[in-house]
Amino acid sequence: MALSSQEVAHVARLARLRLSAEELERMRSQLSNILDYIAMLQEVNVDGVPPTAQVTDLVTVMRPDEVTTGLTREQALANAPDQREGMFRVKPVFDA
Amino acid sequence: MAEYIATIGLEIHAHIKTASKMFDGCAAAYAGAEPNTFVSVVSLGLPGSLPVVNQRAVELAARSGLALNCTVNERSVFSRKSYPYPDLPKGYQISQYDEPLCSDGWVEIRTAAGEVRRIGIERLHIEEDTGRLVHAADDSSLIDYNRSGVPLMEIVSRPDLRTPEEARLYFEKIRQLLVWIDVNSGNLEDGALRCDANVSVRPAGQERYGAKVEVKNINSFRFVERAVAYEIQRQIRVLDGGGVVEQETRGWDELRGETVGQRTKEFAHDYRYFPEPDIPPLVLSAAWIAERRAELPELPDARRARFEAVYGLSAQDADLLTSERPIADYYEAAVAAAQAVGGSAKDVANWVLNEGFRLLKERGESAAQLAERMPPAHVATLIELVARGSINRGVARQLFEESFNSGAEPGRLVAERGLTQISDSDALVAVAREVIAANPKVVAEYRGGKVTAIQFLVGQMMRATRGQANPQVARALLEAELGSL
Repeated sequence: MALSSQEVAHVARLARLRLSAEELERMRSQLSNILDYIAMLQEVNVDGVPPTAQVTDLVTVMRPDEVTTGLTREQALANAPDQREGMFRVKPVFDA
Repeated sequence: MAEYIATIGLEIHAHIKTASKMFDGCAAAYAGAEPNTFVSVVSLGLPGSLPVVNQRAVELAARSGLALNCTVNERSVFSRKSYPYPDLPKGYQISQYDEPLCSDGWVEIRTAAGEVRRIGIERLHIEEDTGRLVHAADDSSLIDYNRSGVPLMEIVSRPDLRTPEEARLYFEKIRQLLVWIDVNSGNLEDGALRCDANVSVRPAGQERYGAKVEVKNINSFRFVERAVAYEIQRQIRVLDGGGVVEQETRGWDELRGETVGQRTKEFAHDYRYFPEPDIPPLVLSAAWIAERRAELPELPDARRARFEAVYGLSAQDADLLTSERPIADYYEAAVAAAQAVGGSAKDVANWVLNEGFRLLKERGESAAQLAERMPPAHVATLIELVARGSINRGVARQLFEESFNSGAEPGRLVAERGLTQISDSDALVAVAREVIAANPKVVAEYRGGKVTAIQFLVGQMMRATRGQANPQVARALLEAELGSL
């Protein structure tokens, strides 16, 4: 199943990746190959098999509403590349 | 100019009153805390962290669904909703999509014109709140994750609302219910309750809905009414001018009093929902759902109807006395105490609505404080003292206020101050004579035919006795004295 260049560009944008024209073409070819490989699954007959997103068969896993110790602010910010006034600093974000 | 029909739907986000966050034990009571002090590996979305559902949040959300006449679904599923902004650091929000916790409910609202309208509720689902973004002066953004992961319910109405007033009434009704059943603080200023409005307009007679505009970030009842009214008029102006209304997201700008087009979020609607692999489906038994139903108190509409039927209250009084649950509870406790000493439910309603509400309002206190300020038994005592003729209504009003302020028992105040009403003619006749002697002008007016002038003289007698004179006795004495002169 061949992907179009537009589809690859769209996915790249969602992933916040900037690709050159050459990279885009290479990704298009590689992603198309991956999709073709995965498409083999389509040969399996799944009539009467309900869709699932879980393989554990677990249901209703809940915890009581009890407060546990979280992280300190120092721990929370330990890996932040940029911070100010105890907050994570990032590029400007429109409308939150 | 063509006639138009407006169609309005609200999406209400309400914090769920829990101690911990939606998917881990991190404390949820972040209000007023220093930034990033209520955080954990889960609320920061750190790799390898595993979200686990807060049972209490599910219970309270199900309770809310039942209060809104929804079906609580025995199976529901959490999904990931792609979200490209850094106030949710995982890159997605855990929400519910095609299988929400609750579906298909309704509430009733009553318009100022007296029309009762049933507003459909499409769904109620659980999700997590985002962190808070602060825009810094140097055009960077600062993020505080304290709010990240706080349990939220999203309540989505059907597009059944037709006017700005109905939108406000519906929002108020949802707040009343959520506070009543103790699942939300009702605090709009803190963002514990907020709404987005979907507004579309179409020419009368057209079946197809007009383009839907979403107005975001509405955090007060007044704003929802104003924002919806503005948006309806804006769309009508566009259509009347031959234009096309764009489907878009707008924000309510309170200072300018208008909705403002927001720069379109890039791929904002490319949510790419998929089932959350870390959280197994919720499967709730009929027995579990029945337990949630059993937790529901009598709801405001039912209670209002009962107050009218059982206590003979007017619709308006019953409405006021069921506006908040502590008020309704207080009222019924006071009725029980008053009835035990021969007082009536109506008397109690008058005291609570006139004096109680007035004093709360003057002091800027909430309804919950009424029972503390003025225990129901004290109201009953006052009613009894008036009924027995021990004190008159004027003194009773003063005592209500004093009792409210100091917590003192009204019967004790009467005894201590010697406030007992004076109904004894012998004791009052001297006062009547003094008042007549001191006010020759008024006496002359009375004699000249101005019968109402006697009210002034009664007032003077009340004053002379520090409010203790029985007004009926005082008046009779004055009439007798004036007639005999």
